[in-house]
Amino acid sequence: MKSRIIKVDYLARVEGEGALYVKISNNTVTDVKFKIWEPPRLFEAFLRGRNYSEAPDITARICGICPIAYQMAAAQAMEDAFGVTVDGQLRALRRLIFCGEWIESHALHVYLLHAPDFLGYEDAIQMAKDHSEIVQQGLQLKKIGNEVMTLLGGREIHPINLRVGGFYRVPTKQELAPLVDKLKWARDAALETVRWTATLPFPDFEQDYEFVALRHPDEYAITEGRLVSNKGLDIAVREYDDHFAEEHVPYTNALHSVLKERGAYLVGPLARYSVNFDKLSPLAREAAGDAGLGPVCRNPFKSIVVRSVETLYACDEALRLIDEYEMPEKPAVEVEPRAATACGCSEAPRGTLYHRYRVDDQGVILDAKIVAPTSQNQKSIESDLWQFIPKHMDLPPDQLTWRCEQAIRNYDPCISCATHFLKLHIERD
Amino acid sequence: MPPSRKPKLAVWKFASCDGCQLSLLDCEDELLAVAGQVDIAYFPEASRAMVKGPYELSLVEGSVTTPHDIELIQQVRRRSKCLVTIGACATAGGIQALRNFADVQDFVSIVYAAPEYIKTLDTSTAIADHVHVDFELRGCPINKEQLLEVVSAFLYGRKPNIPPYSVCMECKRRGTVCVMVAHGTPCLGPVTQAGCGAICPAYYRGCYGCFGPKETPNTDSLSKRWSHLGVKEQDLVRAFRTFNAWAEAFREESVAHEK
Repeated sequence: MKSRIIKVDYLARVEGEGALYVKISNNTVTDVKFKIWEPPRLFEAFLRGRNYSEAPDITARICGICPIAYQMAAAQAMEDAFGVTVDGQLRALRRLIFCGEWIESHALHVYLLHAPDFLGYEDAIQMAKDHSEIVQQGLQLKKIGNEVMTLLGGREIHPINLRVGGFYRVPTKQELAPLVDKLKWARDAALETVRWTATLPFPDFEQDYEFVALRHPDEYAITEGRLVSNKGLDIAVREYDDHFAEEHVPYTNALHSVLKERGAYLVGPLARYSVNFDKLSPLAREAAGDAGLGPVCRNPFKSIVVRSVETLYACDEALRLIDEYEMPEKPAVEVEPRAATACGCSEAPRGTLYHRYRVDDQGVILDAKIVAPTSQNQKSIESDLWQFIPKHMDLPPDQLTWRCEQAIRNYDPCISCATHFLKLHIERD
Repeated sequence: MPPSRKPKLAVWKFASCDGCQLSLLDCEDELLAVAGQVDIAYFPEASRAMVKGPYELSLVEGSVTTPHDIELIQQVRRRSKCLVTIGACATAGGIQALRNFADVQDFVSIVYAAPEYIKTLDTSTAIADHVHVDFELRGCPINKEQLLEVVSAFLYGRKPNIPPYSVCMECKRRGTVCVMVAHGTPCLGPVTQAGCGAICPAYYRGCYGCFGPKETPNTDSLSKRWSHLGVKEQDLVRAFRTFNAWAEAFREESVAHEK
């Protein structure tokens, strides 16, 4: 009997600390555990007793890579609870800063974290020695995403300008104008990124996922919508807890999410793209077609192309929003707290993020629940590995290990969000 | 002259949001130049190549919250010639230090259905509570220009030029009208260390203390001013009890307003 363990103690190029344990006995995969060792930080506990208005700034600190997603989910949850609608140009500005976060986060993952796997480099700095122009392009694209966030949010990491009801200060039309030329450059660069990523070598690997994403009748959903899947789910955000459950398993500090009726599901770029393909801008749709993507993409390794398409869309959409911008009279809508249950969802770069709070009539938070994208994807990550490893058993051990890491990085896992520490062991009998 | 070996840089993570180490990758214009000056030997968020120490410079993000962290930080110290903490978690325990004011087992059972699976300490503490720290860089998040200044100061063997004065100085320099004087907006700027560039007041918002207490902060006097503006005692507790809640001056001030 031959047994084999593949072991990676600290998975690199992901945000946070995680590991994978794989055991192979007699050429059959017998165990796969995607482990999250990130120490728990207990946000849901210390949010109790805080004021509703503090939730956006506090929950932003869950993740330095996607703070806007947290701020928006928290703010929208509170607005929903207090019966307030933030619309018009305030809503447009929120969408604009979110586009900035998508550009920044996707460019980081595509160029600095994921592309080196396809080209066989340990990191983007090594890659830059042979592909300087490509890495420079990625860094500049990322920088423009950060500039959108900085202009609207005050800074790119943990922006300070978002609040329940809107913003503290809104920009004039003139203040947004310098972004236009930069975003036009970024749109061209993103188009080149789609073309370039489409030429990368992809393993022939497809899975029949249940894709879950926000869907909105008028736009490619980022900030709001209904939760929709390709297998029949179509619910209001408020109904989330009726359909999804979180399980606590012993080997990980993150809770596993499942659809109560069908189990594992997938959130993130592949899901959004497949659920909302018809809502992409014509430019993004055309670029996706030229890159060989159909309206649905089931190959998780091609998430790098889909992320590039979404980056292109975000640039296109940001330009549209700036073009149509008129400075609103007030930076925020007045908010009066009342006792209620607050639910909010946003599409973080890595996927759907859900917040639920119970607040009292003074606006004090009584309890909080936060479900991050990576915890929802854990089961799909494991399921990919169960399917992927048997097809590549003949690879040398170090190559197989690297491929497994790449399969995890397909998800751009943010372990800080889900908690964090990735160790990879593959064990063979 | 023979070419000298590039100094080795390591980036370590403890309990944190990854935002401060992201600041290094956010130096889009400087990243490749930095990589030309130092050997980025250990930076798991950016590279799967993990070169063994010792390291000339270790940047440490995050706070100590688990038994494993206590062991790891000792190892990091032993393997590092110079150890610099980056951000509020590493320097003051971070937002997760709110557990220090409560019973951590209550906290764990609120978040996890099976609390017995979770290994965590009763407190979240700064790196300097465990090992000698050569320099502490403040902020939630840190300012990337300050980060480059610290790395550059280290490379040239000089003291980093990081001013310990308050956010008020930055508002004056930026030409921002004082939000507390002009609009009666409660602001922690007078007791908070500069470094962010005084962003919040420029957006008509009071400072909320991301960079922690300045040197010799008069928190008591500021609290009185806030009370005159109508801020309630429990709101003063919350104002001082955020991302730098366990920094001594903020901790004492929050406790003073607790019933």
